[in-house]
Amino acid sequence: MKKERSYRDSVHFIGRFWILGALAMLIAVPVAICVYYSAWPPFGGVLKGFLSVAPIFWTVGVIEVFTYVPMLGTGGSYLGFVTGNLSNLKVPCALNAMDRANVKACSDEGEVISTIAIATSSLVTTVIIAAGVLLLAQIEPFLESPVMQPAFDNILPALFGALGVVFVSKNWKIAMAPLVFMIVLFLLVPSLASSVGILVPVGALIAIGVARILYKKNIL
Amino acid sequence: MEIGKGKNGMEFNSNSGFMYVVVTIVIVFVLLQSIVFLAKAWKRGKELGMDKQVLRKAVGSSAVFTIAPAVAILLGVIALSKALGFPLPWLRLSVIGSLTYETTAAAAAANAVGSSLSQQIKDPTIFSTIAWVMTLGIIPGLVLVPVLGKRIESGVSKIQTKDSKWGEVFLNGLFLGMISAFLGVVFARVREGLTGWIPVFVMLASALLMLICGLIRKLAKAKWIEEYALPISLLGGMALSIPITTLVQSLVG
Repeated sequence: MKKERSYRDSVHFIGRFWILGALAMLIAVPVAICVYYSAWPPFGGVLKGFLSVAPIFWTVGVIEVFTYVPMLGTGGSYLGFVTGNLSNLKVPCALNAMDRANVKACSDEGEVISTIAIATSSLVTTVIIAAGVLLLAQIEPFLESPVMQPAFDNILPALFGALGVVFVSKNWKIAMAPLVFMIVLFLLVPSLASSVGILVPVGALIAIGVARILYKKNIL
Repeated sequence: MEIGKGKNGMEFNSNSGFMYVVVTIVIVFVLLQSIVFLAKAWKRGKELGMDKQVLRKAVGSSAVFTIAPAVAILLGVIALSKALGFPLPWLRLSVIGSLTYETTAAAAAANAVGSSLSQQIKDPTIFSTIAWVMTLGIIPGLVLVPVLGKRIESGVSKIQTKDSKWGEVFLNGLFLGMISAFLGVVFARVREGLTGWIPVFVMLASALLMLICGLIRKLAKAKWIEEYALPISLLGGMALSIPITTLVQSLVG
């Protein structure tokens, strides 16, 4: 138990170093562009652009921290939040890997598997994008052909359909209420689709609330 | 000031060697982080006495699973490259960013300075405005994880030590909350008529493939399929979306 604490602490330590390093480098990029091209932007322009994205994306950013940190574990969080594409790639990838390895999130083994899954996924993503940019001339006609469009338009339904079978079938008693709620909600207010990130904690609260009731009644 | 040049007259090109160098440095930094964390987790797994085979399988299935979403991200890079060149979208989509976020942020920023993403950005000031807005929009995660990560974790572990069974149920609730939100979105276009059902059909096709994988595993005792069931269903669902779309469109006429 003591050893566990020291392992997580060491991940927190190096994680902070890497995540703050990444933050500094990311900010250095626009600074470098401005300095090199002597092109400091008008403050008003940046503010106006920022105000049009911040209300949604800062909210989603805060929500993601609270919902994904418990799922991804310590190492997975420090790496996942730096490498991005959480809900469309890293979180499903980590959940699937933990499920396949038959380990629980937040356990010692879950921590290991989640970190390995996210690190592998980040490396593969970087390699694919690099290869794609280099080989663009060859693959662009294929990727952008109208025939292929439906496949890329439907990546999220295909991803969550498969993932849903795994997790819903295992916990269908907990899953029913949030699932019905979300389907009805999106049928009634389709425009919410663009802010699905904000609805993740709503679904989680419903699921956890229902789970608590069922658990207390010993139905789970 | 002449458009296309900075104040010092330096020619601006969003695909310049300078841009590639800057972006490569950051991407290499993030690659290093992935390698360091992978090595650390691997070592920890061995310490815990986990089977090497299990760790290897986690690498294999994660790598295969990543291919299709990564190609979708590549498409995002290509789409944004028409206005912003390759380096900036490349950076923003392989580090921190996400497909939905980056396009929205770039479009909002361009709009704020009276430009748009419909053509190549040649003015370095407009370009730097877009770069700043894209960067500022993703700061919360990077600041909050180091600040709150430990506290959130100790909150969860408190729940788990108090009642380990409830701790497990609690985490399952969290997963299902996320999954149900993303499954709900699939129904958002249903009211547009039959074409709005396409995502629902694709979701069902992919779910069916997942069930078939489970069946094959049971009936043929093909344990290997377990590792690749998710990538198979994902790619299969995406592939089936092509005939599904064609069929629906021919029905709608």
